[in-house]
Amino acid sequence: MANLKELSERKELLVGGHRLCPGCAAGIIARQVLLAAKEPVVVVTSTGCLEVATTIFPYSAWKVPWFHNAFENAASTISGIEAAYRSLKRKGKIDKEIRFIAFGGDGGTYDIGLQALSGAVERGHRFLYICYNNQAYMNTGIQRSSATPKGASTTTAPAGTVIPGKIQFRKDLTRIMVAHQIPYAATATAGKWNDLITKVEKALATDGPSFMDILSSCRLGWGHPPEQTLTIGRLAADTCFWPLYEVVAGEYHLTYKPKKKRPVTEWLKTQARFKHLFKPENKGLIDTIQNYVDEQWQKLLKLCGEE
Amino acid sequence: MGEKIKKKLGWKELPLADFLEAGSSLNFETGDWRSQQPVWDEKKCKHCLFCWIYCPDSSIMVKDKKMTGIDYRYCKGCGICAAECPFKAIEMRRVGRGDLIAKQNKEERKR
Repeated sequence: MANLKELSERKELLVGGHRLCPGCAAGIIARQVLLAAKEPVVVVTSTGCLEVATTIFPYSAWKVPWFHNAFENAASTISGIEAAYRSLKRKGKIDKEIRFIAFGGDGGTYDIGLQALSGAVERGHRFLYICYNNQAYMNTGIQRSSATPKGASTTTAPAGTVIPGKIQFRKDLTRIMVAHQIPYAATATAGKWNDLITKVEKALATDGPSFMDILSSCRLGWGHPPEQTLTIGRLAADTCFWPLYEVVAGEYHLTYKPKKKRPVTEWLKTQARFKHLFKPENKGLIDTIQNYVDEQWQKLLKLCGEE
Repeated sequence: MGEKIKKKLGWKELPLADFLEAGSSLNFETGDWRSQQPVWDEKKCKHCLFCWIYCPDSSIMVKDKKMTGIDYRYCKGCGICAAECPFKAIEMRRVGRGDLIAKQNKEERKR
């Protein structure tokens, strides 16, 4: 459990002056993750909105040792840094406890960086990989990724007369990471700071690789007013579209169970990318999405032993 | 490094890899992006710090576990603080020409 008053005494490690859009959830997530770290951290960021907007030459908003390499290899870069640290520690040249965090967007994690991430967690480096998941390639102009949900309109899967937005369902990366038998994996959302910070604390305390998939709304790509960023994040958890859970050594635990499961349309109608779904001809698609969410939720409840 | 660029560098002048000074983005003030302005009412504030933990631009100033104000140099006016405040202690106001607060900002920046 985190305490806001105590957190406020910690040093601000992501400062203002970065050029993320007003109301962007990625900045909120990065700030909260850094605040959660008790030990000094080294951060690697894969190419993406967060990397581009926080380090526009010659400025940097990070107050930690920070490294950017390329789109696909945030996980292998942090592996190398962590291996060097362990080597120096073994030789007695360093005695400080340091933690390692990699940030990647959904493009750099679900698609382009997946093999690097898979390799890094298989080798068992001690690091935390954070995927701030805004469900499309927002930095390059809202192209669909494998994290984009079914029915969302993107520039490469536009809603029109031919297709009603993206045709496929999104893939479940957290479960893929769990299949690597890593000691800690979790999902979180911007808008629930306590849940997020508690999970980061747990992940950083884990001796081994850990992974977090954090839903991060993009006001431009999702199409919503900037002040609704966090409300939409919480609504995703309340509609069970984005369930919050953690997997500790293979054991599933639900960390948030909505008092009343709300229909997924409540979440869909907050965003312009789903606007076309509410036309009469797409009624069937909404039912398909609702059925899919219900099915996934039931499966998850079973895994968590909550039934 | 980290100062406002006056002249764009050519490819021969640019370094091979860039080493950025930590926290140098503080030299780039994003406050002029704002079209609406958060106004804090100290009397209504209960110092729960929800605005602080959710501010994307690290623009809520906190001292001794208490909120002390808004850093208008970096605030982009997204309105998250006003939307998240349980006590309605932050109100969003449009920034117009001749707006008193906008003027104050300008003077503050001159200093």
